[in-house]
Amino acid sequence: MIAPDLAAPLADRLLALADDELILAHRNSEWAGHAPVLEEDIAFANLALDEMGHAAIWYGLREALTGESADRLIFFRDAGAYRNTQLVELPRGDWAFAMLRQYLFDTAESVRLPQLANSAYRPLAEAAAKIATEERYHLRHSSLWLRRLGLGTAESHARLQAALDVQWPYARQLFTPLPGDAALVEAQFIPDAAALRRAWEGLVRPFLAECALTIPDDALPRRDIPRTEHTEHLMVLLAEMQSVARLDPTAEW
Amino acid sequence: MGVTAAEVWQALERVMDPEIPVVSVVEMGIVRNVVVDERGVAVTMTPTFAGCPALDVMRRDIEAAVRGLGAACVVQTVLSPPWTTEWISETGREKLRRFGLAPPPRLSGGPADVTFFEPAPCPRCGSTRTQLRNAFGPTLCRMIWYCDDCRDAFEQFKAL
Ligand SMILES: [Zn+2]
Repeated sequence: MIAPDLAAPLADRLLALADDELILAHRNSEWAGHAPVLEEDIAFANLALDEMGHAAIWYGLREALTGESADRLIFFRDAGAYRNTQLVELPRGDWAFAMLRQYLFDTAESVRLPQLANSAYRPLAEAAAKIATEERYHLRHSSLWLRRLGLGTAESHARLQAALDVQWPYARQLFTPLPGDAALVEAQFIPDAAALRRAWEGLVRPFLAECALTIPDDALPRRDIPRTEHTEHLMVLLAEMQSVARLDPTAEW
Repeated sequence: MGVTAAEVWQALERVMDPEIPVVSVVEMGIVRNVVVDERGVAVTMTPTFAGCPALDVMRRDIEAAVRGLGAACVVQTVLSPPWTTEWISETGREKLRRFGLAPPPRLSGGPADVTFFEPAPCPRCGSTRTQLRNAFGPTLCRMIWYCDDCRDAFEQFKAL
């Protein structure tokens, strides 16, 4: 049992982790049948399925705390109740856009998961250790593609740079703390977000430079976007994803 | 309760991985523990890949196999320690090879090195003149290789 004052913040944090994986999985699944080559179609379908599996683990941990089932949360919540970052809900874009988003997300996971694997909340630590074993394959894949696109043709480079210009400001939301996070950091349930972000930038900045990319100026005044705010794209995504389940809420399959 | 743990293990040896129907859930290292007491049988299993759609099928098959012995059965899923391909038994690896699926590379202690893959020996001809075509395959646990000697593709179980 965990202290009651930690249960609510923990449920919020788990929901953020789960929703990011779910919405990114959905965006990746949209590539099925549309990837530039068959091999990539297969790869993206795998990525989507892995992420769906990871989302299921996070929703499952949350269910153990709150009793709310994953199916209920996924199919019967409106956009305003989702807690994913805006980065993962942006429309699927072109191939460079999709690969960059995957890379930014994978690197964030690669710094977050080993830290979460040390969580004082054991179920969280165990889940993070499990998910980390699979995520390494994702990061390898997206890194190879970034290098290929960044150092490839003038067009592939231009498209990747354009994607970075759009996504870079969104990416920092991956490290924006939730209101309840401070208590969780205090209890050593989760790592400090600022430290994670520094570790992430230490990884990502030199690699993006290696790919001949220029990181946009982030001195721009831009406020931290809370996870309660979404773009209109999430509503469109959910309308499609939830339509069948909502046609007959009592149906079983 | 008439059933023994040894009998349960024996029954589970006949429960196959639905995606690789020649290898049992025991040989795959998916069944972690069997406890028999007065309430019935408790089986502990662990997922291979978290998103593997075969997990629910395996859980049901395990339950059915134990109930088939006339015992009540509870299947519990644990994530820790995380499943690794090192838990696939020698006979399991040999069965994978005969099935046409190259067994996963051996991990020497540490986690799988996903930055560099040793050429997978072709399960048909044994050649190591092989090239990785895709680190992702038709299921979450498989990679796709090409054998320069057979001039045909084959799959390898991914190291985890
Ligand atoms: Zn061959």
